[in-house]
Amino acid sequence: MARLSAKQFPQPPVSADTIASHGFSEEEYRRIVQILEREPNFTELGVFSVMWSEHCSYKSSKVHLKLLPTDGPAVLQGPGENAGIVDIGNGLAVVFKMESHNHPSFIEPYQGAATGVGGILRDIFTMGARPIASLNSLRFGAIDHPRTPYLLSGVVAGIGGYGNCVGVPTVGGELFFDESYNANILVNAFTLGIAEKKRIFTGKAKGVGNPLIYVGAKTGRDGIHGATMASEAFSEESEKRRPTVQVGDPFTEKLLLEACLELMKGDCLVGIQDMGAAGLTSSAAEMAARGGTGVELDLSRVPLRERGMTPYEMLLSESQERMLLVAKKGKEEQVKRVFERWDLDAVVVGKVTRDRLFRAFFDGAEVVRIPVAALTSEAPVYTRPAERPQSQDDVQRLDLEKIEEPADLGAALKRLLDSPNVASKEWVFRQYDHFVRSNTVVAPGADAAVIRIKGTEKGLALTVDGNGRYCYLDPYVGGILAVAEAARNLACVGARPLGLSDCLNFGSPERPDVMWQFSQVVQGMRDGCIALGVPVVSGNVSFYNETDGVPIYPTPTVAMVGLLPKVVRHVTPWFKSPGDIVVLLGRSREELGGSEYLKVIHGLAKGTPPWIDLRLERAVQQSCLKAIDKGILHSAHDLSEGGLGVALAECCISGPEKPLGARVEPREMMRGDARLFGESQSRIIVSLKEKDLNRLREIAEKEGAPMQVIGEVGGSRLVVHPLIRLPVDELKSIWTNGLEKRLK
Amino acid sequence: MRWGVIVFPGSCDEQDVYDCLKNNLRQKVDFLWHKDPLAGKFDCIVLPGGFSYGDYLRCGAMARFSPIMQGVVEFAQKGGLVLGICNGFQILCEAGLLPGALTRNASLQFICRRVFVRLEETDTPFTCAGKKGQLLKLPIKHGEGCYYADPTTLERLHKNRQILVRYVDAKGRTTPAANPNGSLDHIAGVCNEGRNVFGLMPHPEDAGEKILGGEDGLKIFSSVIEACDKRGKRAWLD
Repeated sequence: MARLSAKQFPQPPVSADTIASHGFSEEEYRRIVQILEREPNFTELGVFSVMWSEHCSYKSSKVHLKLLPTDGPAVLQGPGENAGIVDIGNGLAVVFKMESHNHPSFIEPYQGAATGVGGILRDIFTMGARPIASLNSLRFGAIDHPRTPYLLSGVVAGIGGYGNCVGVPTVGGELFFDESYNANILVNAFTLGIAEKKRIFTGKAKGVGNPLIYVGAKTGRDGIHGATMASEAFSEESEKRRPTVQVGDPFTEKLLLEACLELMKGDCLVGIQDMGAAGLTSSAAEMAARGGTGVELDLSRVPLRERGMTPYEMLLSESQERMLLVAKKGKEEQVKRVFERWDLDAVVVGKVTRDRLFRAFFDGAEVVRIPVAALTSEAPVYTRPAERPQSQDDVQRLDLEKIEEPADLGAALKRLLDSPNVASKEWVFRQYDHFVRSNTVVAPGADAAVIRIKGTEKGLALTVDGNGRYCYLDPYVGGILAVAEAARNLACVGARPLGLSDCLNFGSPERPDVMWQFSQVVQGMRDGCIALGVPVVSGNVSFYNETDGVPIYPTPTVAMVGLLPKVVRHVTPWFKSPGDIVVLLGRSREELGGSEYLKVIHGLAKGTPPWIDLRLERAVQQSCLKAIDKGILHSAHDLSEGGLGVALAECCISGPEKPLGARVEPREMMRGDARLFGESQSRIIVSLKEKDLNRLREIAEKEGAPMQVIGEVGGSRLVVHPLIRLPVDELKSIWTNGLEKRLK
Repeated sequence: MRWGVIVFPGSCDEQDVYDCLKNNLRQKVDFLWHKDPLAGKFDCIVLPGGFSYGDYLRCGAMARFSPIMQGVVEFAQKGGLVLGICNGFQILCEAGLLPGALTRNASLQFICRRVFVRLEETDTPFTCAGKKGQLLKLPIKHGEGCYYADPTTLERLHKNRQILVRYVDAKGRTTPAANPNGSLDHIAGVCNEGRNVFGLMPHPEDAGEKILGGEDGLKIFSSVIEACDKRGKRAWLD
């Protein structure tokens, strides 16, 4: 490989143009000069630009994120590391995180999504955990937008192509279409791993003189300034950004995963971190920051894939499937042997130093010398202006009297089941391996996925939720609802929450209206988390999801993990036996604001989202959980998009066996469309044997949850007296084909 | 009896096979590293699913050159039992131990779901615990599972009754909708003429427990155990 020498690498001059093109404000540049007590060279400018990018520094979000509760009795590691960690007993811990890969996935859907999966997998196994389950949360533009089928097919194939090949099952997720995402799709990838509590590793560079070892794939020019790209809005120019999207190699990832886990069994390792966004620079700098040390890199030793790479390119490359280790001095050969066994490079590229400096040498010459703190803890933090836009009043105005109730509510239900947000997502899930590792108890498509923990009686439940339309209409309430729905989904399978990881996807933080949305959503999430007792243990923020000045709906996605003490007790959403009694836990109100019904049938995204009483939410969830503990529930299903009508239909048709009918008659007096399709929160449909009804009544009464017997399972039709009477076979066929037929 | 499960770089389901044999059937199992020669006494060697060498070339095309494969071929030639699951099936075809080839699914997409297969023959060590015509519900998860063989080979497969499992619907019929990947003649798995090498696309190891949705997969492994018991405690390879 032809390498440049220092002489062949004249640093380009730093000019006003290069400063601006690296995304610095004048103020920020002055600060750099002040820190260095001199002008930075071109390479240093690049290093600052990635480390101070929104993506790496969280400079606009930090002050708000501090509000989130991050602690709990079982939390072993909150935000700030590669992933969060929660104790689950039996000497085991779960390690999980969700991360966005929105910008690259829009530019190159297959590779963007694939490398999103690769990145989150590395965040998990870098902590000593074997990844055992993945989820993803996806948002696309309107299904009839010309780009949507291409983007969706590419993203789904990319997630499958990577995850399947690495052997980590994708056990669940969500998919939502709306015009708001026409020019900015969202791809949020989540992975959970399991580790022995005693053998958890962190990204700390400790021990002066310890070697820094580069392992994994070689460095190329791909992804340079990926972190910076993710910190800018899109314009017509974005198509040209394709070269900044990295290319994934899941096979190398698989080898890296196995080699790292093998290395972690021994005693060579001090610290380890994935080279993710901002590559070698951020992994080295962040590890030094956490270790309270400095690092010295010899770039001449970095394994390269391309000719003539400059120090700037090596430091900023986001080539995939690379990790940086800090090993114990003297154990270098042992480390190399493990990686050799897996046919991977392992090269000493530097060492831990005492001076708290980030230094890089190239061909003997020092090319970077920056205090570690300047790149990490002392990066700029902004309290950006936030203001509720006046247009919000208009958005929230909805006069139900002017909304005409459809004459045929059965036809409306069929249209909803046929709409892509409600229809079955099987077309997506069947492209993901959800069986590998043989732990999957409840596969994708239920309220939450359930996996068992081998060697114990326990199980884990996983779900990801977030309704951008609700947040657009009322970001504070929307933030609460995202947390509440995720916890409710866990309750429906019988799991109590351990913690959550979130991706906060928003427009440009430089806009006061977006910052207002952001701060409101975070406050809502905080209140939801506190009321339901769920700590936030990891997550990320993705700003600048906007194109030509139009931001996406503010979209927090909440991935929540819950524990089932006995996995055999889990419950699924669909009806099981004719004769079972159908009960609605919770209370329905006449509210249609922000509903899927209003969008699909009336073409409106208006009003205020459903209200939530967190005490009622808790009572409903506790009732469901306790009834599952007692083993009296045959099914439990959360009411969400499409309300009671869609939820009942799903109870009838979403099971793996033949659909089952039901006859119900809800008592609430209100307009028919609100009764059927209103999205009042804190409601769960359960079914059980008649003889167990009194036990459920006792539980609900004790918890303070309203409950209503609404009908009985049986027959071949779904009857909601007197509004709807439809054959379940027909509903099943509509619901099963709704998404797939639109993608042909 | 003793099982060996080969670990290729990029194998994904080796742990599933191991756990299924060990936890559900109380078997002795060892992992075998692809770079090592095949050594030790084994009754059955399993080539597990996954993406050996990333499957960037044809599936299984690289793995057949792994050092251990020479030993596997010799083991099979001596009558040792070899079971290839999914990627393992693809490798056995590439290695010439099984006839035919596996190509891209007709849908051109990866497919993960449960399917029904019908046991077509029971006079093999891999199916002897079952009944002819019995249905098994097993998961499939593959992008290249469309079985193909040229007409002469297919004729020979029929003549020698080498087709051991076929994709069918819940009622046991070979309807077009029951064929998940476009496989020729609904073929889900075939054995060699000696009936000691068997490859199939579905994953019996992921259907070994009720909590995971069924235990039909155990039928394949318990057949092998039964066959080995009948042949005595003798191992095929020293």
